[in-house]
Amino acid sequence: MIDIIIDITLLTFLAITSIAILRMSNLFAIVMLFGIFSLLSAGLFVVMDAPDVAFTEAAVGAGISTVLMLATLALVKRQQKPHYTEETPQTHRPWLPLLVVAVTGSTLIYGTWDIPAFGAPDAPAQTHVARYYIDNALQETGVPNIVTAVLASYRSFDTLGEVAVIFTAAVAVLLLIGGRRPKSSDTTEDEEKQDEI
Amino acid sequence: MRSNLILHVVAKFVIPLIILFALYVQFHGDFGPGGGFQAGVIFSAAFILYALVFGLDVAEKIIPANWLRILAALGVLIYAGVGLASLLLGANYLDYTPLGSNPIAGQHLGILLVELGVGITVAAAMLIIFFTFAGRGRD
Repeated sequence: MIDIIIDITLLTFLAITSIAILRMSNLFAIVMLFGIFSLLSAGLFVVMDAPDVAFTEAAVGAGISTVLMLATLALVKRQQKPHYTEETPQTHRPWLPLLVVAVTGSTLIYGTWDIPAFGAPDAPAQTHVARYYIDNALQETGVPNIVTAVLASYRSFDTLGEVAVIFTAAVAVLLLIGGRRPKSSDTTEDEEKQDEI
Repeated sequence: MRSNLILHVVAKFVIPLIILFALYVQFHGDFGPGGGFQAGVIFSAAFILYALVFGLDVAEKIIPANWLRILAALGVLIYAGVGLASLLLGANYLDYTPLGSNPIAGQHLGILLVELGVGITVAAAMLIIFFTFAGRGRD
């Protein structure tokens, strides 16, 4: 019972946050709301008994990506330009996009009708390898946290790939914006002096 | 960067705790929630907080950029190296069983090393991305 109340509260806050993000034009406030959105999602994951995922969501979604977006915001303007002004008023009607959104939304909701109940033991996700991991992970790896056992031992190939992806992301950022940009001659000289020191 | 006494004092007090917590998450991942990914992110958060409060130049003196590049590659190499080690000991790639005296010990050592590699790469990659982004606005 208490789970449902917490779920409904968190989901309501999620919806309010998303609508607020859509309607705001102050980018600083939007970045803050993104952080709140991630934190609320982390709360939902905790309610669903997935503390490992919640941990990652809180650390990456609410922590690092907020900082990265703030760092980006320091380089751009804080106010989003309005799409439509008095000189360039809105010309198209909103009915077609509204129809597309309504159809997509109702299809997705229709799709959820077939989904097995949350945590149902006969759900397809629980009937294949999950059973094996729960029965054998402790004996085979000696690690009480099954998530770690799956992540680092049974599915080690996947994790190696993920680490390679993160490494690639860092390399890509360095390649794209990490290099020294051409500067006017006086600043370059200053920098050369600093390098010598 | 403007000096702000309260921020400086609080940051100096909090940063060691964040690093300690990151190490706990890193090495306690076998037993509780957490592991290399989360620990790496928390670890980098400590240094990002330092950079935000004390300035980017000071932070870059503590962790030079070329160290970070080496560390990011080192983590992936540790991970792949564990796989090679088990290959050389006669098992499949990334099968940790032959690494220890018995299969459980081998699994423990393998998971520990692999998570360490993940943590090092994630922490270094996050810091590289942050320093690169934040460094753009410096001049």
